[in-house]
Order: sequence, then structure tokens, then C-alpha cells
Amino acid sequence: MEPKLVLDRHQFDTFFESLHKHGYEIIGPTLLDGAVVYAPVDSPDELPVGWTDEQQGGVYRLKRRGDQALFGYSAAAHSWKKFLFLPTLKLFEAYRTSGGPEIRHPQPDVRRRAFLGVRACEIASMEIQDRILIHGTFQDTAYVQARNAALIVAVQCLQSGGTCFCRSMNTGPEVTRGYDLLLTEITGPQKHVFIVDVGTDRGAGILEGIALAKADEADLKHAGDLVDEAAAHMGRVLDQNGIKELLYRNYEHPRWEEVAKRCLTCTNCTIVCPTCFCTTIEDVTDLPGGKAERWRRWDSCFTLDHSYLHGGCVRCSGLSRYRQWMTHKLATWIDQFGTSGCVGCGRCITWCPVGIDITEETAAIRSSGDASSSIFGKKGE
Amino acid sequence: MKTDIGTAGPGRQTEPTLDDPILPRMFQVRRIFSETADSFSCELQPSDGEVMHFSPGQFNMLYVFGVGEIPISISGNPDKPKLLVHTIRSVGPASKAIRRLKRGDLIGVRGPYGTGWPVKGAEGNDVVIVAGGIGLAPLRPLIYRVLAEREKYGRVALLVGARTPGDILFQRQLERWRGRLDIDVLVTVDKAPRSWRGNVGVVTSLIPKIRFDPATTTAFVCGPEVMMRFTAMELEVRGVPTSNLHFSLERNMKCGIGLCGHCQLGPYFICKDGPVLGLDKIKKLMALREI
Repeated sequence: MEPKLVLDRHQFDTFFESLHKHGYEIIGPTLLDGAVVYAPVDSPDELPVGWTDEQQGGVYRLKRRGDQALFGYSAAAHSWKKFLFLPTLKLFEAYRTSGGPEIRHPQPDVRRRAFLGVRACEIASMEIQDRILIHGTFQDTAYVQARNAALIVAVQCLQSGGTCFCRSMNTGPEVTRGYDLLLTEITGPQKHVFIVDVGTDRGAGILEGIALAKADEADLKHAGDLVDEAAAHMGRVLDQNGIKELLYRNYEHPRWEEVAKRCLTCTNCTIVCPTCFCTTIEDVTDLPGGKAERWRRWDSCFTLDHSYLHGGCVRCSGLSRYRQWMTHKLATWIDQFGTSGCVGCGRCITWCPVGIDITEETAAIRSSGDASSSIFGKKGE
Repeated sequence: MKTDIGTAGPGRQTEPTLDDPILPRMFQVRRIFSETADSFSCELQPSDGEVMHFSPGQFNMLYVFGVGEIPISISGNPDKPKLLVHTIRSVGPASKAIRRLKRGDLIGVRGPYGTGWPVKGAEGNDVVIVAGGIGLAPLRPLIYRVLAEREKYGRVALLVGARTPGDILFQRQLERWRGRLDIDVLVTVDKAPRSWRGNVGVVTSLIPKIRFDPATTTAFVCGPEVMMRFTAMELEVRGVPTSNLHFSLERNMKCGIGLCGHCQLGPYFICKDGPVLGLDKIKKLMALREI
């Protein structure tokens, strides 16, 4: 095993310089509109130094920490999805020529990006999207390119948020794989350091030329304790036991009607979800009609258009759309791709304007037994 | 082309390739002609000369310059793949734009996609083919195939339902097939003028009129979902095994290759797990509303 290293907080500028020198644009956490978001950052000063957040159903507030931690918040507002699986993407251009339409592939975006501050649940969500967009019969070429060009600088999640349940989904909080470099932040009155694990040669290359100390036993134990503590303070729980069968049995459970009364079908949950992958297509033409473009953009199963079929939509009611989303995320996804579609990041709970909670809805269906068996006169409901 | 994720090293970006599955191939329109008042067929030939082989029941994504792309099943003869044939109902902007194309115009094609009719699995069995309206189009390649290898099957029946006699698809072809002694062809319409001498009623009303041995029958069904549901019930009641009933389903599709998420029906993606699915897989789902 590689010896673990220590990067001092004072060396973070050098770390940024090295990333730049290797040609990476750094995408990291920063404050924008009262939230931690992932965006291009040029220096460590732009990180959310000393900030954390409070998250509950429909609630997000920034708060001051008692220290100067760089990564002391929980899940950021958006996931990394927006940099790998672009919200809008030009698929091709077509030109009207005398010989008929001619199709041109757009130049791919091959910018190298370093993702700074990737959490365990977010690595898990990338692996879930990999299964769909890379490892299926057909590949999403743009995703493959963006994914290959991304350097993953993960951080151990030392503060689980109020809506987090990664422990239930077995995706965190500890980062164990899928990174080029992994940082564990230790803040104290005397020191502020990052324990560094090197995951790949590419990651090791970034550290070349930075004088790093070797981590001592005390530091490593401290780092381990911090991760355990985060695991112990998970805000929510989702019982995954037999969840596929549970939801398959309960397509007609009365709880769906209940949640539909609250759901605004606003699509927020699908936009902040790090695994949701539905897209739709827009064709655009210029006014003379000589040039056409095909664009792909994120879509949501909460829109009526999503299920539109000549003359009407299949899922017209809010009930059927919420049911589609949750059943897909937690149950049919398992049949489709071999894993759950949920990583337990809690974003859908935090950013739901009315605070609908996927863990609460699942628990409600589980606790009230299942509708199909009650139809046959099961007692004790 | 598969690309490994996780192996380190800069410069491991993949170059864009022309086999990007989202890019259409260009085909030239050979002929476009009306089938009924609101449907037409188009015959296409690949601009690059590379013939598209397909299995009966598969579909293509057809792209019209600047208008859009739609999933359309292939309605031609799988044993004569030089000509790619689609039969389309003009209902939306893209289908109407295809109708307006002229001989020599180019159209984008991606495919063929999806599962086909499990025609091999029906060998040795009686075959019942049930079509409603435009649903006859994705069944025609299957009919061609079954008739081409007629000796491999027992009794073969084709039941066709349409709204009116004028809406009957492939009418001349149906008349030719009805003239054959080795296939039963029955047609019914929902409503008819007095000149109509055939059946009136839903397509399921034709099932009692044909002879087949239910235990060794394979059925292939395509039409409106309500028609497929009742056909399934009728054939099951008569003892056709659930696993021998096959349906071609339709859902909103944007990509055709399992990436856009639109065509889901429970755990299935209609574009890649379908469009042809066995009743054993979809029976429960078909009983649910808004699924």
C-alpha cells in the first residue's frame, strides 16, 4: 500500500498551481446564491472556507462553522452530473446542400477538468451513470469523453447532512474507490492539513514537486475517527431490504395518492438527482432553413411530454409520475442496470419545494403493508 | 467501441467516431405512395450502398432535416433488404414531413433497433397473427417470413381489424394472401357502408372463426393497446400459453437506443427490451393504468 501523505493547508495554492500546470480546469465547491455549488474555481480562496450547511426537507441554509474548513459542508446543491452529462448538448449540425442534407458532428469538448471535492455518494452516482452511458450496448460519446477527461479529487465526507442516507444505500460516507486523489481534511486549533491517498498514477503526477510529509499514526487514526463519526450521524435511513419486490407489489398503494396531493411535479428532484439520465431532443433551424441543429437536453419524468404518445400522454396524473420516478429510482433500476438508482445524497429531499422525502414515502408504503395482499383480505392492517 | 474508465493516464480521450449511435445514415427516397387516406409507405435505399438487414418487428429512427426524428417500424420484406420500407400514419410534424418528400430526397435513418418477433420460436406451431389498424405494418415482415418458410408452421391465420374498409392497410396484398390455400385471412371493420360484404365488429370477434390448436399456437399481435389487451384475454381463455403471446408495444422514444429514458414500461425499455415483448413479461403491467 502506498504511504499516505500530508498536504498542509498552506500548500493548497501549490496544489492548485500543479493542477493548472497539468492542464486542468478546476471545478470545485464555491458559494453562489446562498448555496454551495460546483463551479470553476481559480484559487483556494474561492472555496467555501469556514462554511457549512443545514439541510432538511425543503430547507437549505448556509451556516458559519467554528473553523476554516474548506470542505465542511454536505452535498452541494447540484451534483457533478452537469459537467459529465451536460444539461444541453449539440448532437449534430445539418446543412442543406445541393446534394441533400449534410450532417456534421460538432467538435467534442475535450477540456481536462479536475473535480475537487467529490464525495463517496457522488463517485457512486458516476459509477451508476457509467453503467448506463458507457457499459450498455450503446455509448453516450460525449459522456465518455467528459468522464475520461475528468480527474477525480475526492474528499472524505466528514459531515453528513440532515437529508443524507448514503449509509443505507451502501454508497458512503467513506470513499473507497473511483478517485485519482483522496483528501481527508483535519482541522484543529494547531493545524489544518489534508491526509492524501493516491488512487492512480495520474493523481500521483499532480503531487510531483509538492513537498509532502508522510502521515503519522495519530493523523491516520484521527482521520478514520472522523469518517466513522460522519457515518454515525446520518440524517435519514432508507430500508433497502426487499425494496424492489415491495414497490413492484405496490403499484396501486393508496400512499401514491397521498404524495400526489403534495407533489408539484416541478422536476426539481430529477434535476438535482446525480443519477437521473432522461433527455429529450430539440430540433432548431435557422430562419432561411439552410442549417438545422439537433440538441439534447435534460428531461424529467415529471413532465407531461415525457410520456407523450400521438394524441395524449401515458402518465397524465401527478400520481403516476411520482410513482414512475420513485419506483424507477429504487426498484426497476435494479432490473435495468443491476444497482439501485439512488445513492442517498438527499438532494431530492432538500430541494423539493414541499419537502417530499423519498425515505419517508418508502417507509410509509412498507409500514402499511402492501395493497395487493390487503385486497385479498389480509388482516391486522 | 468500448472505452475503459478508471485506467489512468492523460491523453486517454477517445476521438469522436462516425459510429456515434446518435448520428443518422443518409438514405435516398425511391418512392412514396399512399396506402390509405392517412397512411403511406416510403421505400428507401442507402446512399452509401450498404444494405440494412433487419429482423421482422424491428424499427428505425427516421430523421427529417430540421423537423425531427420518429421511431417507425420496418414494414418491408426481410428477405429483400435492398429496399427499406416503412409504412407510416401521418399524425405529427415529422411523419407529415416524410410524406412530403420526393423521389431522390434524403432522409436520415438510425437502426435497426429493438427486439424482433420471435419467429423461430413459433416453428412447428400454429401461428395466429392479429393486427389492428397501422399495427399491420410491423407484422408484415413477419408475414413475409412465415409465408417464405410456410412448411415450418402448422395452420397460419391472419386477422385484421380496421376502422372502415377504406382504412384497411395493404388491401391488394391481403386479397392476394386470401387467395392462398395455406393461410386464413380474415378482415373486420368497425363500421362499413352497405357495399361492404365482410365482417363488422372488433378484431377479437374473428378469433372464434379460425381453427388453431391453442396449446401449440404462437400469436403475434400489434395494434392499439386496448385491442391488444382484449386479444390477449381472448387467446388466453382459449388456452394459448401466456409465453406464446407476443405484442409489439409503443411508447415515446427520443433515442431508440436505451439512453433517453422515455420509453420505460416498468422495468423494460420498449426500444431495447421491446418493442416486441411476451405477455408473460407484461401481463401485470398491461393491467395497470398510467404505467
